[in-house]
Amino acid sequence: MNNEVRGHLIRLFESNIRLDGRKFTDYRPVKVEVNATNTAEGSARVIIGKTDVIAGVKMEIMEPYPDTPDEGSIMVGAELLPLSSPEFELGPPGQKAIELARVVDRGIRESKCIDFKKLCITEGEKAWTIVIDICTINDAGNLLDASSLAAIAALRNTTFPEYKDDKIDYKKKTSKKLELKDIPLSVTVIKIGDKFLVDPDSEEEKAIDARLTVASLSDGTLCAMQKGGDYPLTSEDIAKMVDIGIEKGKELRKLVK
Amino acid sequence: MPYKERLNKRKFDETRKIEAKVGVIPNADGSAYFKIGNTWAYAAVYGPRNLHPKFMQDPSKGILRCNYNMMPFSSSGERVRPGGSRRSKEISLVTEKALLPVLDLREYPNSVVDVFIELPQTEAGSRCAGICAASMALADSGLAMKDLVCAVSVGRVDDKLLVDLDYSEEDYKDGPVADIPIAVMPNNDKITLLQMDGLISKDELKKVLEMGKKACKDIYEIQKRALKDKYRKEAQNE
Repeated sequence: MNNEVRGHLIRLFESNIRLDGRKFTDYRPVKVEVNATNTAEGSARVIIGKTDVIAGVKMEIMEPYPDTPDEGSIMVGAELLPLSSPEFELGPPGQKAIELARVVDRGIRESKCIDFKKLCITEGEKAWTIVIDICTINDAGNLLDASSLAAIAALRNTTFPEYKDDKIDYKKKTSKKLELKDIPLSVTVIKIGDKFLVDPDSEEEKAIDARLTVASLSDGTLCAMQKGGDYPLTSEDIAKMVDIGIEKGKELRKLVK
Repeated sequence: MPYKERLNKRKFDETRKIEAKVGVIPNADGSAYFKIGNTWAYAAVYGPRNLHPKFMQDPSKGILRCNYNMMPFSSSGERVRPGGSRRSKEISLVTEKALLPVLDLREYPNSVVDVFIELPQTEAGSRCAGICAASMALADSGLAMKDLVCAVSVGRVDDKLLVDLDYSEEDYKDGPVADIPIAVMPNNDKITLLQMDGLISKDELKKVLEMGKKACKDIYEIQKRALKDKYRKEAQNE
């Protein structure tokens, strides 16, 4: 990031305004469309400003892990498609894509909103694995929140395919929905200078000192966090960022209900 | 049972419902999507831009690089593992060759024009949908082009010749099937993509190619309309 732009942003923030006129804790317009693609067992598309992502769920049957023989599992993949930004390249996922996938994964997994035991078919032999893939269509900042939101909306929209005689028939969808006990939501709060902001656009994202992704449940309990950025945070910073995260999480939750 | 009428109730020379839109990816230099039935292809163009690694550079002209990719959840069967397959590599190659004849990249030595095709949802005809989207995205990017490229699959099911096969037709078991994806430059009727799987006679091939060219003319009108729509909307907003 060139320091000129960062300096400009900080001077602008002194008058409590952002480059695009938003307040610090305002999101750009957020749109959630469920059933974005009908080949997935569940899917959702999330558009935040000009950021555009699709999450799709495919269900597979796998052998449970040896340490949890009576449980199914989830898997999250993220593809930063070169179609969505001149900065993304072809090839295996890099650090950024892997962090994105793992942050989305933990936000869902650690919330315990999915009962993994209910995904078991035969103990030690067969259990459902829920594979969530996130694909970016356009990156205009804040892929973290867009992807988390798309993933949870896609899960809420997921139905099991027919499973008969040891085979999945993907062409036959059943009416059995995937049960979710809560709606965990992730909000990334960023720090630039001494200001805290949500939903950074691409310019702001390049100027961040630190970021904290806060995943929380409907009752405000935290279920996962991830700090990023080159600079440290104080305990006071973290307290403020967590407050903002929980508050904004409640607003976003209304969009998936 | 002979194939008397199409299972999907379409006429033999009728495509599935088509929807096209231009300017759908703000970051790209040109972009479009093309939907035909349940198949949905996005295309984004980046460039002409610097080409790395350097040894691939051509000092006499720019090069075109296409990449076709199915999103992991885009198949109606199992999840598609990310990272590309032999199939997607071959489709990327034939897509590149289908688009090259309409471009003139001599003005851009040592550069590359990247075309990324991504499919969120597929049900037969995905390479053709990708080519249709890509040619619109190239036009949207402002590159000089001799023509658009329009693509559709044609073929035969039993003794019937038809346009735009869907899965049930590709999978038809009670008689021979031929699946022939083609791409056409609509203004001079030249063919830039031709592949075939299955059995067909010389005469039938000749006939079915003409049916395909006719369908491509209709696709051409849809593509042109989508391109004009984008600029009409931009003009209205000014």
